[in-house]
Amino acid sequence: MIPAPFDYVAPTTVDDAVRALADAGEDAKVIAGGQSLLPVLRMRLAAPTKLIDLGRVAELRGIREEGGHVVIGAMTTHYEIQRDPVVDTHLRLLRLATDTVADPQVRHRGTLGGALAHADPAGDLAAPVLAMDAEFVLCGMDGRRTVPAAEFFVDYFTTALRPDEIVVEVRLPKLTGWHAHYEKFNRVAQAWSIVGVAACLRVDGGVIAEARVGLTNMGSVPLRATEVEAALVGHPATAATVRAAAAHAAEGTSPAADGNADREYRQHLARVLTDRALTAAAGV
Amino acid sequence: MRITVSVDGTAYTDDVEPRLLLVHYLRDKLGKVGTVVGCDTSNCGACTVHVDGHSVKSCSMLAVQADGREVTTIEGLARDGKLHPVQQAFHDNHALQCGFCTPGMIMQAIDLLADHPDPDEETVRSGMEGNLCRCTGYQNIVRAVRDAAGRMRPGAGPEAERVEQRSAQLSGGE
Repeated sequence: MIPAPFDYVAPTTVDDAVRALADAGEDAKVIAGGQSLLPVLRMRLAAPTKLIDLGRVAELRGIREEGGHVVIGAMTTHYEIQRDPVVDTHLRLLRLATDTVADPQVRHRGTLGGALAHADPAGDLAAPVLAMDAEFVLCGMDGRRTVPAAEFFVDYFTTALRPDEIVVEVRLPKLTGWHAHYEKFNRVAQAWSIVGVAACLRVDGGVIAEARVGLTNMGSVPLRATEVEAALVGHPATAATVRAAAAHAAEGTSPAADGNADREYRQHLARVLTDRALTAAAGV
Repeated sequence: MRITVSVDGTAYTDDVEPRLLLVHYLRDKLGKVGTVVGCDTSNCGACTVHVDGHSVKSCSMLAVQADGREVTTIEGLARDGKLHPVQQAFHDNHALQCGFCTPGMIMQAIDLLADHPDPDEETVRSGMEGNLCRCTGYQNIVRAVRDAAGRMRPGAGPEAERVEQRSAQLSGGE
C-alpha cells in the first residue's frame, strides 16, 4: 500500500530538527530508521502531515567513550552497534539484545534512538537499557535535558519526550567485565518478543556482587525485576542461586493478555526465561 | 522533491513525491521490475536491495531517503552476460521454485557473504531470517548460499574483492 501524502524535511543539525518539529505542530512525526514507522504509514494506521527525517543529522550518529560511560548517538544503527568493539567490551548486554532485533535488513536501517522513542513494550532494547541504568539526552526548543531510563518510558508507545523534543543520545555506564545475556522468546523468525529477559551480573570471587535484570513485554513499560536482583546479590554464582532468584521474576508484574499469551503464561515465561538468562550469563 | 540516485551504476535525477517508496521508484519510475513487492508488511524481504553496500527492504525506505545514495538491485549483478556467483549458485542448486522470493534472497545472500565469507548453516539461516520463501523449505537456498561462498573466495571475481575488503574492515575493527 501507499502512504497518505505528507511533507518531508531532512534537516542536517539537531537545532534545525528541533525547530522543524516545533514549527510543524502536533501532526508532524519524526522518522529515524523508519522500520516501525514506514509499515504503519503504508497501512495508513498513521497519517502525519509532515515527516522530519533525522537521517541526515551527522551529529546524531556514532559511538564514543566518555570516562565511565559509552555514549551512543540516537541515529546509530543496530548494525553499527552490533559491530562496535567498544559496545562489545563495555555494553555486552546491549550488543546481545541488538543481535535479536528483527532481521539483518531492518538492523541496517533501524536505530537505537528510534527503537527506544517508539517505546513498543515488545521491543528488545528498552529492558536492556533500563537494566544498564542508561540516561537519555533529549533536546527541544528549551535546550537539552537528561532523563533516566526509568523515567523515560511512561506507557505503551509513550515516553517522556515533549512534542518538540528528540532523543539526541543514550548514555550508558560501562559494565566492563560483567556477564550478560538476553533471552528472547518468540514463535517464529522476526517476530516480536512475547517475553524477553535482559540479565547482567558482576561476579567477584564466585559471589554475585551486583545484578541487573530487565523484563521485556511484562507490562506497558520495561520493568526491573528488583526481587530477582535482591535474591542474587551476595550469593554464590551457582545454579541453585539462579533457580531460587528466578522464581521471583513475575512478582509485581501485570502483563497484557493478547493473541500470543495470556497474563499467567507471560508470568510463567518471565520465570523460565529469567532462569535461562541468568544461567547463560553466569555460565552455571 | 528532486532526488539524484545511482541505481546499478547509472545516475538518475527525478522529481518524486515524498511518500514514494524506494521499491515503487525502482519499479514504476525506473522500470527495474526485477525487484518485487512481496508482502507489504516488511516481513518477506522479496524487495531487498543494497543501499550504499548494505541490504535494506526497499518497501521500508522512501525514495527521498535514497537521495545521494548508491542502490544496487538484482538487475545490477550480472557482468558481461555472466551471472553473479550467487545467482549462478541459486541456479545450480535449484534454490527456487516459483522464484518470487529469489531477487531478495540473492541480494541478502550477497550481503551475508560480505560479513561472513565462509558461513556455517546456522549463520546462513539466521542471516537470511528476513527473507521468506513459501516453496522450497529453504534447504536448497542454504545449500546455494554456502556453495556461493566457495565460489566467491579470493580470486573468484570482482564481487569477491568487495567481500575481502569488507572482511578486512570488520576484522580491523574487532
